[in-house]
Amino acid sequence: MNYLEKYPKLIQFIFLLVIFFTICFLVSPSETNILWRLPSLFAGVPLIINNFAEYLMYDWMLIEIYDPELEEYEDSALVKEITRGFSRSVLFCIEFIRDILLGGVKTIVAFTSWDFVKENQWAVWPALPWTLVASGVMLLGYALKGKGLALFAGFATVYIAVFGQWEPAMETLSFVLIAAPTSCLLGLLFGVLAYKNKTVEATLMPLLNIAQTMPHFSYLVPVMVFFGVGDHAGAIATIIFATPPMIRLTLLGLKRVAPEVVEAGMMNGCNNTQLMFKVLIPTARRDILIGINQVIMQCLAMAVIASFIGAKGLGFNLLLALNQLRIGQALELGICIVLIAVVLDKLSLAWANKQTDYFADLSFIQKHKYGFYFLALLLFTILCAYLGSIIFADGINYLYLIPHNRGITTELFWQSGVDWMVDNWYHGLQGFNTALIVKVLMPMKAAFLGMPVSATFVLMMGLGYIIGGTKSALTVGGFLLFIALTEWWDRALITAYMTTFGVIVSVIIGVTVGSLCAQTSFTSKAILLVCDTFQTFPSFIYLIPVIMLFGVTDTSVLIAVIVYSTIPATRYTVEGLRNVPQSLQDAGSMSGVNRMQRWLKIEMPLAFPHIMLGINQTVIFALFMVIIGAMIGTDDLGQYILKALSDKNGIGNGLMLGLCVAFIGLAVDHLIHTWADQRKLILGLK
Amino acid sequence: MISQSKSIPMDQPVIKCVSVCKIFGENANKLLKQSNGVIDAKTFQDAGCVVGVNNASFEVHKGEMLVVMGLSGSGKSTLLRCISRLADTTAGDIFIDGQDLLAMSPKQLIELRRNKMGMVFQNFALLPHKTVLENIAFPLQVKGYSTENSIKRAVEMVELVGLNGRENYFPRELSGGQQQRVGIARSLAVEPDIWFLDEPFSALDPLIRKEMQDEFLRLQGVLNKTILFVTHDFNEALRLADRIAIMKDGVIEQLDTPANIVLKPATEYVRKFTKEVPREKVLKIESVMDPVDKITDFSFLKVSKNAIIETVAEAILTEQKKVAVVDDDGAVIGSIHSSKIIQILFGHSDSFEQSK
Repeated sequence: MNYLEKYPKLIQFIFLLVIFFTICFLVSPSETNILWRLPSLFAGVPLIINNFAEYLMYDWMLIEIYDPELEEYEDSALVKEITRGFSRSVLFCIEFIRDILLGGVKTIVAFTSWDFVKENQWAVWPALPWTLVASGVMLLGYALKGKGLALFAGFATVYIAVFGQWEPAMETLSFVLIAAPTSCLLGLLFGVLAYKNKTVEATLMPLLNIAQTMPHFSYLVPVMVFFGVGDHAGAIATIIFATPPMIRLTLLGLKRVAPEVVEAGMMNGCNNTQLMFKVLIPTARRDILIGINQVIMQCLAMAVIASFIGAKGLGFNLLLALNQLRIGQALELGICIVLIAVVLDKLSLAWANKQTDYFADLSFIQKHKYGFYFLALLLFTILCAYLGSIIFADGINYLYLIPHNRGITTELFWQSGVDWMVDNWYHGLQGFNTALIVKVLMPMKAAFLGMPVSATFVLMMGLGYIIGGTKSALTVGGFLLFIALTEWWDRALITAYMTTFGVIVSVIIGVTVGSLCAQTSFTSKAILLVCDTFQTFPSFIYLIPVIMLFGVTDTSVLIAVIVYSTIPATRYTVEGLRNVPQSLQDAGSMSGVNRMQRWLKIEMPLAFPHIMLGINQTVIFALFMVIIGAMIGTDDLGQYILKALSDKNGIGNGLMLGLCVAFIGLAVDHLIHTWADQRKLILGLK
Repeated sequence: MISQSKSIPMDQPVIKCVSVCKIFGENANKLLKQSNGVIDAKTFQDAGCVVGVNNASFEVHKGEMLVVMGLSGSGKSTLLRCISRLADTTAGDIFIDGQDLLAMSPKQLIELRRNKMGMVFQNFALLPHKTVLENIAFPLQVKGYSTENSIKRAVEMVELVGLNGRENYFPRELSGGQQQRVGIARSLAVEPDIWFLDEPFSALDPLIRKEMQDEFLRLQGVLNKTILFVTHDFNEALRLADRIAIMKDGVIEQLDTPANIVLKPATEYVRKFTKEVPREKVLKIESVMDPVDKITDFSFLKVSKNAIIETVAEAILTEQKKVAVVDDDGAVIGSIHSSKIIQILFGHSDSFEQSK
């Protein structure tokens, strides 16, 4: 049999590996050898970006601004004034919501002055009793889905209140309540524009791709430079991060509207506005609402990260607790964030899946049933709070607001648990830890760092060529070239090594677990539910238990990476295997396959393209987690991004490093997508 | 609107197409200029273009139903989309009531669609977030009617298509046939003069399809619209049409009455369709009768010229003498003998055509 003809790609691949190792062997490591490392031609770029940003902020388009405190006109840069105004309005909105939820004077101050508030003791906005927020969320859950969701929402809010995390939780919520709607509106707007105009779509798409593979951290630096530090900066960074998925899903939803429905709208005489608002958007409702769900999830994922630039709330406290290694407290806070995330996720999904009801023939009271319920709740909870003020006359009114850290705490329990584990398991865990680091991680890291740049290029571009021809080779080469020309090639290699290790382990676990669970429909549903739940956890949360067990080492980061990125690998495996058409399964059964043969010869080949897309997700997830792992202490790109955060001139470095990470992700993404698309075409799945 | 349609002379066609061409592809216009308007599908295909409609010219008069028949990819839906201006026409002219459709501004076009045109779609194209009533009221609301007035009119339409009791259902709660009834009601809500139907019954089960065709004929009997009906089902075309246009690869192969198409197929392609068609189920007595013969003494039976052969065949076969064929007023206009019926029922189709 002629193998060259039967498996041309395999032969090409083996040939490629031979060249790769030959180059590795031949090229000697020396700083001057261009085949070993490319000169860092882009070393000056960060400085240029810094200067440009500074010029924009301080010197470009000077305008005269009246300063009321100094009572004179001053020169100020246009951009600075714009961002300052923008910051103020965002801050005002956040504080307004915060005042409603927690009470306060800041909104009143905004319209009057501090002196006025000091003189008038009555001028304080009262907080909503926590019981009202809790029962309101329950009511919402009931209206959207039913008793189950109502109970769960009630449990979550009561938990948060009882554990004394009400105030930080509401602070977090207040900034989600600003960031999420803004992101949704922006996303909807850009999605509609991209739908209407091909040029907008073509320019937006690559930007979206980069935006979705840039690590969270790298958004923080530019935001900090232009908008400063504080709650508003956190909200703005969140908005920037959360808008891309909304744009994507809006565009997808609009494109999925059947052409006939659009034609029907036109034939009924709709003008463009009517067509958009009465036909297209309502028909694409579900996709758009899924977009809103995504936005909310991204907002909560940013809740912790945004606290790096001063967003208050649960994330900030969590960060403090982690820095002080108060694991017990961190765990409690983590659970609060997870609960908020899961509740908001379930609520928004229930909204997306809820079908419109007919209510035009109902009476006024029936139509506004839930509004009346809420009013009743409002009166009732205020009454409760008033009663509470009599009962708890001396101390804290537990029926009105439970102040921070005045609830029940289980910190001591967790802390002693951690101490116990450290005492009893220390040697076992440390033994595993040391063995892993010495036997596996160090050699692997050395191998990655020992690769000449020319060999890496040959390998990756060769892969590109085998998979997608010259175009793919050039695309991948372009991404790599950018990284190679910066001064962080070695850092990128370390990121690549950690990601690779994480991905390999995740894929092995994910595909195995997925394949086993896909055997029966009950286990499939169960594992998908588990994946759904774990996926709503903000990525940062995964770091807490691993620090608890392994302390501050590379192992912790890698385990967090593995746990986090196993989710997509498992999910896509289950989905891929379960979606093999029933007719093919039946054909297999009638040919008399056994279980193993079914899996190997029927299910796997058909599910493989889908599983590859899962692996693609795994790579992106792993990459994100490796970067976030910088918090624990790694020496890869993430660490440098973190450093850029505390650097006054960090914007250039931060952006370039962010692009480096994004390009690693995009190169892998390109390769896998090209391959999976081809494969699907061959299998007739598209 | 009524006074306007009265002022139009009766011989003015409602829809008039002159050499309409639709070519898909980026450099369609350039190619068309080079070829001087003569379209050869092959050369266009080589240049990366697809010819959707090739040089279609015809007229549809008031109250007439033209059925455009063709297999998938024949360009029939594209032709319909050109005439409703959902697709841009590459070359040629289209006149609606004498007005140049292609020269209309977007504003005029919206006005035209709001007042004169109604369209029914293959996959119903109902708005999923609106109820039956709201869907039917939609074109009226778009036009600016108040909710009250539009719903009032929609209720009338619900009655017309026989969906009483389901006014507040959502499309997802209806069967295919019911959904298409909503589609029909919606397209008729603004009382259009011109009614476009794009394979309206193709997505339905055969039994429901038959029922909907009957319903459609009943509606047309009441409303008497000018209709352009697209279908891939030859039998459906024969059943419904005043005239049929058969399309292949964008070209209209033959445009004629159902009887003429069955009896005198113009091309080999059309003949293929007509071969399997049972003539007695399609043809009217009129199309096979003999001219009046003065000497003949007729039997007592008289048949209408509009009767489908199948429906009267048994009666004619029991008669020994020739049977008189009468028109709507009862005047004798022709005759038919049982031997002819036997020939039609059992004879070889080709020999039958030759004997004609």
